[in-house]
Amino acid sequence: MTGYIARRVALAALVVAGVIVATFVIARVVPGDPAATWAGPHASAAQVAAARRFLGLDRPPLVQLLSYFGGIVTGNWGLSIHTHRPVLSDIGTAAPASLELVTAAMIIALVVAVPLGLISARWPGGLVDQAIRAGSILGVSMPIFWLALILQLVFTQRLHLLPAAGEYSPGLLFSHPLAQRTGFSLIDATISGNWPMLGSVLVHLVLPAVVVAAYPAGLIARMVRAQVLDTVGETHVQMIRALGYRERAVYARFAMKLAWNPVAAAVALVFGYSLVNTFLVEAIFDWPGLGSYAAASVATLDTPAILGVTLFIALVYVAANLIVDIVQAALDPRIRLR
Amino acid sequence: MIEAPAPFPAEAPVLPRGQALRRGLRANPLLVAGCALVLLIVVIALLAPVLAPFPGDAGTATHPFAVLHPPSGRHWFGTDQVGRDVLSRVLYGARISPLVAVIVLAIACVIGIPLGIAAGYFGGWIDEVIMRVTDVFLAFPSLLLALALAAVLPPSLTSLTIAIAVTWWPWYTRLIRGQAASVAGRPYIDSCRALGIPRHRIIVRHILPNSITPLIVQISLDVGGVILTASALSFLGLGAQDPTPDWGLMVAEGQTYFITDWWVVTFPGIAILVTAFAFNLLGDGLRDLLDPRRSLPA
Repeated sequence: MTGYIARRVALAALVVAGVIVATFVIARVVPGDPAATWAGPHASAAQVAAARRFLGLDRPPLVQLLSYFGGIVTGNWGLSIHTHRPVLSDIGTAAPASLELVTAAMIIALVVAVPLGLISARWPGGLVDQAIRAGSILGVSMPIFWLALILQLVFTQRLHLLPAAGEYSPGLLFSHPLAQRTGFSLIDATISGNWPMLGSVLVHLVLPAVVVAAYPAGLIARMVRAQVLDTVGETHVQMIRALGYRERAVYARFAMKLAWNPVAAAVALVFGYSLVNTFLVEAIFDWPGLGSYAAASVATLDTPAILGVTLFIALVYVAANLIVDIVQAALDPRIRLR
Repeated sequence: MIEAPAPFPAEAPVLPRGQALRRGLRANPLLVAGCALVLLIVVIALLAPVLAPFPGDAGTATHPFAVLHPPSGRHWFGTDQVGRDVLSRVLYGARISPLVAVIVLAIACVIGIPLGIAAGYFGGWIDEVIMRVTDVFLAFPSLLLALALAAVLPPSLTSLTIAIAVTWWPWYTRLIRGQAASVAGRPYIDSCRALGIPRHRIIVRHILPNSITPLIVQISLDVGGVILTASALSFLGLGAQDPTPDWGLMVAEGQTYFITDWWVVTFPGIAILVTAFAFNLLGDGLRDLLDPRRSLPA
């Protein structure tokens, strides 16, 4: 087991190193002069040259790459051209809101999709199965920026059921200010017993979370169906049936148990994917996370910020996959031998 | 690595090809629906100049006195912020997204297949190098890398196509490598070698055709994904630019007027959804049809 973990960690480290090189290469192909952008439109030639020295762009590419590597390892991810603040501290401020949003979306997706997948697998080929399959394909075909706009129009502008945008009602900042401890609003509100704030954050979370949940829900429902159909024909499941368990238990308890492993792997993958999808959703709902930050960086061509967010999400992605690999190996000894 | 041959299912009768196909189609109404929708989209794309009530509105036309008219008998989908007919632009849009998808997937195949075959057939250090590089690419969600690339390239449909293609090929390399490695270990490839058949001929005539089926299924599954990725990048302003009747761009442009003039955003969005849905239905159904293990119990 230790050997397996060591191998997986080494591979993950290799991938992270490759990701850093890739972001560096992308930064190098930027058309235009980052030093000129940094110095501003009316800077003199001498000021641009000074900016180039300050940003280290006058050194050979290999030296730049090495110092970029060193910077990332020591927590210096460069300065945002737009905000002139360290990219890493900008990301640290923005990340909790996005992680909260994606986690909420994943919970919604699992709660909706697992039962649907099970129902679909229970009566394959029937009308309900076809409807659920069509629905799950619709979920993965959804342009979520459009879904966000439509839901916002229907539920806030027309029906006035849910708040349009933001993370909480701004008025609460005066009556029930949020004590910043972890940066995660839901956790901070809960540990400080700030119930009005907790309620407000939850209500604001509904629409963006449902939108982000569309893709994972479709994917998970399809996977659960396929996995359960695969396992239900196997002898050990037939055995459970022969022992007199009810059909519902055969599917929900025994066949589903075997489906959890691949579903967990898919959830880890789709977590990273959904973190990118927040780029399309957060700006619409004015949710103060990585997506809003990235969308603003894209609009202002703020390369260090874009690459910082890219790197951060790639790190989350690699970490999520590593955790799933290790947990699966711990649960299933067969995986360790591969 | 040598893969054990799958045990032959004794009880399954081998049907003539036509009959098996008909039976497969009947068991899979979603595939039939997908085929019909994809055909419809292709017909719309081909006949857009004939079908569109105002073909000129797909380009730079402006009608200052017809700005943001709601849907009516004259403009079924209403008019946009410069008075162009939204229906005409949506119909012309069918020429853009699917074409981008085809080009992206073609580029991904041209890069991905040779690398995958090389990694799978030769093995050793070639395999190691190619697969570690694909690992790095696969460590990004593809939309993220496409976004980072598209953000540093000048915004245009060409940049968008390149950005997505760069993120797509590693999937095909990995898929083909697995297939090629398993085919390369089979005895008939050894006999080809023993017969003195040249290596390039073994690769082109034996390895490639026997590795390609899962890739074809994957490509048909990916069309919808590329269309969604492309429309998302266009929505962020990183793809097509103004007069182009691109659906993602139309949603982005209509966003400002959306609360009062819902039609500008709604119809292009439905077009993206229906197109991605059609190709996903087709891909999903093809996979079921070509992979009997996944199809329904009879």
